[in-house]
Amino acid sequence: MKQRLNQIATLASGALFGFGLAWSTMIRPESVLAFLNFQDLGLLLVLGSAVGLNLLVFQLAPRLRKRALLGDAFQQRPFALNRQTLSGGVLFGLGWGLCGVCPGPALAGLGAGNGDLLIALAGIFAGAWLQGLWAGRPKQT
Amino acid sequence: MISHYFPNGLERYLIGGLLIGSGVALLFLSTGRQGGVSTFFSAAWSWFSQHPFFQQASLRDSRHWRLLYALGLVLGGAVYAGLGLPLAASQLPTWKFAVGGLLIGFGARQGGGCTSGHGICGMASLSAGSLLMVCTFLGTAIVTAQTLSYLGIAP
Repeated sequence: MKQRLNQIATLASGALFGFGLAWSTMIRPESVLAFLNFQDLGLLLVLGSAVGLNLLVFQLAPRLRKRALLGDAFQQRPFALNRQTLSGGVLFGLGWGLCGVCPGPALAGLGAGNGDLLIALAGIFAGAWLQGLWAGRPKQT
Repeated sequence: MISHYFPNGLERYLIGGLLIGSGVALLFLSTGRQGGVSTFFSAAWSWFSQHPFFQQASLRDSRHWRLLYALGLVLGGAVYAGLGLPLAASQLPTWKFAVGGLLIGFGARQGGGCTSGHGICGMASLSAGSLLMVCTFLGTAIVTAQTLSYLGIAP
């Protein structure tokens, strides 16, 4: 029962996220590119309101409750800033600036009927695969 | 001033951002999970590749919920379109999606997150590292897009 609720909540969270991406026009690469070219700064409002809401949630919830509503612990994001992650950010920025797509909008935009995004998704899957091979390569000492 | 920088108004973006934020908030409040999207693209490989990198516990153990979350994103877009809400056509050359996708997949995974992971969850967690990552990819994207526009390779 709890597992089923967990699955429903996860699916619903993704759906709400995807619906919001469509509503904010962020599933349209041209909207993102308009922001990056400073023609329409809407993306800042999208990011700002999404972060603002979650700043409250992420800061307050773990202080008010020991565990999440379905009983699991609140997780932390494992992340270490270093040269490798920073260079990843640069590569991601190059791709984002080239086509105006990032992982969430690629999925939501496909759902909304933009079949071209299948190519972007195939590229993202391939990129993630290459990154795994690269990061998991035998280290030379 | 406002109409110059926001020719399509503010409301659509503010409401859309709150909807996006509600999705991330719902996931965190109900399951305690951090709703970054890009890890899904590595975790999914754990079904197909026996390479030790893709068989690490953090990917294998999260692949089920990440798949559901990704399906939810597709579903959300489909519901939006199904309701007949305004949807502008999009037309970008195919090669940009292919090359861009490759860079996005490699870079987001190498960088430990994308716009949702670092941009929303990381910043909401007040992570200085995530803030620096957002500045890095946002800055690079702005320079890239404007250079391409300048060179006439846009949109």
